[in-house]
Amino acid sequence: MKHAVISASGVSHSFDTGPTPVTVLRDIDVEVYAGELLMLVGPSGSGKTTLLHILGRLLSPSSGVVTLYGKSTQALGEEELAALRLKYFGFIFQAYNLFPVLTATENVMVMLDLLGVSRQIARERARELLKSVGLGQRLDSFPSQLSSGQRQRVAIARALAGDPKIVMADEPTAALDAESGLRAIELLQMLAHQQERAVVIVTHDPRILQFGDRVIHLEDGQIAERLATPRGPSPLHAMGAL
Amino acid sequence: MSLGKEIGLAARQFSGHSGVAWTRPSLTLLIAWRNLVHDRVRFAVTLVGIAFSTILVGIQLGMLLNFLHTTSTVVDHAGADLWVAAHGVPSVDLATPIDGRRRFQSLAVEGVAVAEPYLLHFGFWKRADGIRQIVILIGVEPGAEMGLPLTLPAGQSFREALSSPDGIIIDRLYAEKLGVTGLNQLVEINDRRARVVGFTDGIRTFTQSPYVFTSLRNARSLLGRTDNLITYVLIRLAPGQDPATVIERLSARMPDVDVMTSREFAANSQKYWLLTTGAGISIICSSLLALFVGVVIVAQTLYASTMDRLPEYAVIRAMGGPRWYLYKIVIEQAVIGGLIGSVVGIGAVAVLVYLGRSMSSPPLFPAWLAVGIGAVTVLMCVGASLVSISKITSIDPVKVFR
Repeated sequence: MKHAVISASGVSHSFDTGPTPVTVLRDIDVEVYAGELLMLVGPSGSGKTTLLHILGRLLSPSSGVVTLYGKSTQALGEEELAALRLKYFGFIFQAYNLFPVLTATENVMVMLDLLGVSRQIARERARELLKSVGLGQRLDSFPSQLSSGQRQRVAIARALAGDPKIVMADEPTAALDAESGLRAIELLQMLAHQQERAVVIVTHDPRILQFGDRVIHLEDGQIAERLATPRGPSPLHAMGAL
Repeated sequence: MSLGKEIGLAARQFSGHSGVAWTRPSLTLLIAWRNLVHDRVRFAVTLVGIAFSTILVGIQLGMLLNFLHTTSTVVDHAGADLWVAAHGVPSVDLATPIDGRRRFQSLAVEGVAVAEPYLLHFGFWKRADGIRQIVILIGVEPGAEMGLPLTLPAGQSFREALSSPDGIIIDRLYAEKLGVTGLNQLVEINDRRARVVGFTDGIRTFTQSPYVFTSLRNARSLLGRTDNLITYVLIRLAPGQDPATVIERLSARMPDVDVMTSREFAANSQKYWLLTTGAGISIICSSLLALFVGVVIVAQTLYASTMDRLPEYAVIRAMGGPRWYLYKIVIEQAVIGGLIGSVVGIGAVAVLVYLGRSMSSPPLFPAWLAVGIGAVTVLMCVGASLVSISKITSIDPVKVFR
């Protein structure tokens, strides 16, 4: 029997942004497994990004329980949650959020630096990771010198630098053209299928839904539909069709 | 090999690396430096602000140091262990007379090896063009061991110079002010004739009334006094004597005068001018103001830089970076700015002090003051970074997803 890496049970969340709290998630039950690519989809305001925050332990739910490898994370403080994220999670942000003052190599090194890896070893590892995502020629380029697709790959390399068990990606293809988007999804799919990582993607992009192993459709803060596919097709085949 | 496999290998190679050297994170310094130099104009403005603050503080404290130095210079360099003064004399330059017999009474006290008379009194110097200047006459015995002019050019003898009946010694710094062009020039003090027989170098006066050294006898003559007027008795202790014990004996023998160590008298003189005149307080306030201006400039610049980098800092928090990692970046930015700015500022102060070395009241800028100002400047910059740190404390990592 497969054990969930992350499990959210009875999760609800409200934001106190005005006189009355706004409920964005209602009684959500989700499990995330190693080796699968889970996609969270839904219209704007459906709560998919908030759910990603909660699953990624960036946000604590108003009610409900989130467990990581079967252990509750509810009682952890901010710094403990940060340490948890550092150890288990890799994040890929929609706007990449690379340090503009650091080169591609140095941006990846930041993650390793947080983990306490010596500078020399971190540099070697960062370069290896960047080469593996096809940026061997742009190791010393600053983000402003890279295309959107290249920046995305730096962000992916940075997310993977700590060898996380769980990868969280927020709209990873939103700013990419069709080909770059498919390449990014191909990378994420490989991380799940070949390296047994749990990959959770929030997306609006209908082009990439077919590559998810499971798709959870959210509407008005509730799960409207759960779709499971035997195993998503390879984006490389889709690229061939482009 | 597929792209995915290559990534996996690269990442796993790291995680399974047995020879990973775990050390303290060190990339923060690079991030701090790049953050600073990324916006060169802002960095230049920051450095100018810090340097400007350092220069202001350096010059002000240099002036204060000169102030303190000159208010007690004759005490510091007299070579006496103890000073006997009229009761209540607040500062060495504001002497009031004591009976000349105090010297002999002092000599009779156990523990006193040498006691010498010392006369300090204001006088009027008349230049050849008729302009009068106030001077401070200092009269000592030609053969005295204490209280002599501090420095005299090679080849000149105090004893010889002060033994001439009308001889006086002035400092070269004030020669122009006093209208003196060379040795043996005849001048008028209190409408009596005197002759310049020697020059000292670098004896500055706080009051801007130049010191005029002469023999005790000539000083009395220039002041029109025929009595045995003196203002102080300078005392050298016998070897091994405890100053406090001898002071007690002297005070018991002469209860109507004050007996102080040189250090006490110098400190009293400094405190008097520092606290009773507005000058000292004004200089201290100016220094604090300069520091405050520096803090504001650095705080503003660091805050702006931090605000620019908030999304990246939020990413670090989202990735699991601890708060101290972000604090370290901001503090290192402050330290780098403080170090570079203070080095520039201290260099500028050193040049200004060098250029002003021939002034009558140049700021003093010893190495310890330079190092101290550098340290205070860096601390000031770190203090200024607290505003930015408070901003970082409230960073919400969720914001990077919005």
